[in-house]
Amino acid sequence: MSVSSAELLRQIKSRIDEIDPSEVKELIGEGVAIVDVRGSEEFATGHLPGAKSIPRGHLESRIESAVRDRSAQVILYCASGQRSAYAARTLTEDMGYEHVRSMTGGITLWKDRGYEVEIPRALSAEQRDRYSRHLLIPEIGAEGQQKLLDAKVLLLGAGGLGSPTALYLAAAGVGTLGIVDDDEVDLSNLQRQVIHNTQRVGTPKVDSAEESIRALNPDVKVVKYPVRIDASNIMEIIEGYDVIVDGVDNFPTRYLLNDATVRLQIPVVSASILGFDGQLSVFKPYEGPCYRCLFREPPPAELAPSCGANGVLGVLPGTMGLLQATEVVKLILGIGDPAIGRLLLYDALGATLTEVKVHRDPECPICSRAPDEIRDEELGVFPDYEAFCAAAG
Amino acid sequence: MATIKIPPVLRASVGGEKEVSASGENVGDVLRDLAESHPSTREQLFSTEGELNRYVNVYLNDEDVRVLDGLDTAVGDGDTLVILPAMAGGR
Repeated sequence: MSVSSAELLRQIKSRIDEIDPSEVKELIGEGVAIVDVRGSEEFATGHLPGAKSIPRGHLESRIESAVRDRSAQVILYCASGQRSAYAARTLTEDMGYEHVRSMTGGITLWKDRGYEVEIPRALSAEQRDRYSRHLLIPEIGAEGQQKLLDAKVLLLGAGGLGSPTALYLAAAGVGTLGIVDDDEVDLSNLQRQVIHNTQRVGTPKVDSAEESIRALNPDVKVVKYPVRIDASNIMEIIEGYDVIVDGVDNFPTRYLLNDATVRLQIPVVSASILGFDGQLSVFKPYEGPCYRCLFREPPPAELAPSCGANGVLGVLPGTMGLLQATEVVKLILGIGDPAIGRLLLYDALGATLTEVKVHRDPECPICSRAPDEIRDEELGVFPDYEAFCAAAG
Repeated sequence: MATIKIPPVLRASVGGEKEVSASGENVGDVLRDLAESHPSTREQLFSTEGELNRYVNVYLNDEDVRVLDGLDTAVGDGDTLVILPAMAGGR
């Protein structure tokens, strides 16, 4: 039996629920999932506020990442209400979604009524190509990519951890990367610090890192800080960044960074490495514990191997740095479960990952107080570390 | 017997092992048993008053013993203790 397309549409519409744009307008911002099933090019010209883009051809494969709950309210729309009618039938009859409606008249009628249309900032053709694998993931898409491009991330150190983190964040299109490092590239760095290379031995690490980032992705703005971070400069350096990546190699700076970031409420993705072992956690002020909640006091010199040079498996900072980069991207996009309140312990030799819980300390000298109660002279208060490193020999 | 995971900085004190076994009814007993077998771990774990040093975290399985009953936290056969001093290497 053959059926004309007009007849088919009529049959489909008789089997689905429809909703008028005036009703949809009332539901915007009320937690109802609004899905635009047009092509991504059409979506880019303007869409309903808060709508997610899932082109009809990808509907079955992507709807679950946008709307997991089969009993959720879902409104589909397209240009005129035809494609969304077919899509509504698929979700209802083939996939078991219980409350799916197709918006009559599509966005054309919506616009005719004079309702608000959100016009996404357009990615350039080159950016659409460069970030196409991000655009294909519903959790990221054009909106998420724009968040990455707008994000400002500060890397403390362009060393073992900072090298892979910087490269992958640059590749992901994080728009601004600040890099703090007062060191120069040394031949002994190159066993693990992959952002530098043999030709650049002797050049400042911030310059070498900038060159690699530029070559990888010209979208990224690099802000260089060829200084050692200390109590006198930390506030002006870190202010305005969305996320900070802690790859510093000493305790005084870790405590200083903690105190300053709690005061400014900037999340820190922290990792450390030694030998074959790595640790990672995310410290998001006031949502989870801070570094002082985890380690109230630094260890004594004999237990503090950061005092001198120590061996490390060359690939280990790669592993840990990329776990950091992943957490940074998640924080920027607001997706997944960042490692807040959890410490991950990676043992490269055993190929094991252990997780322990980290709690907020109600008596924490820093984060148990409001940000504006933390005074300048309290930042990074620490035992006389140089003296105690010297004592360790 | 409980299993104790030894952090890198303490491995030299236990003959290079990553894990050792020790016995005891509670966390304090297990750690003291460790210190009996490997005396150089004692001052790294305990203060002169016998308290757990503030810079060392100890977890029973995945939970910080400080939010449980501290050194009095009961330990069963097959439990794992994780000893964790802070680490700062990044380079």
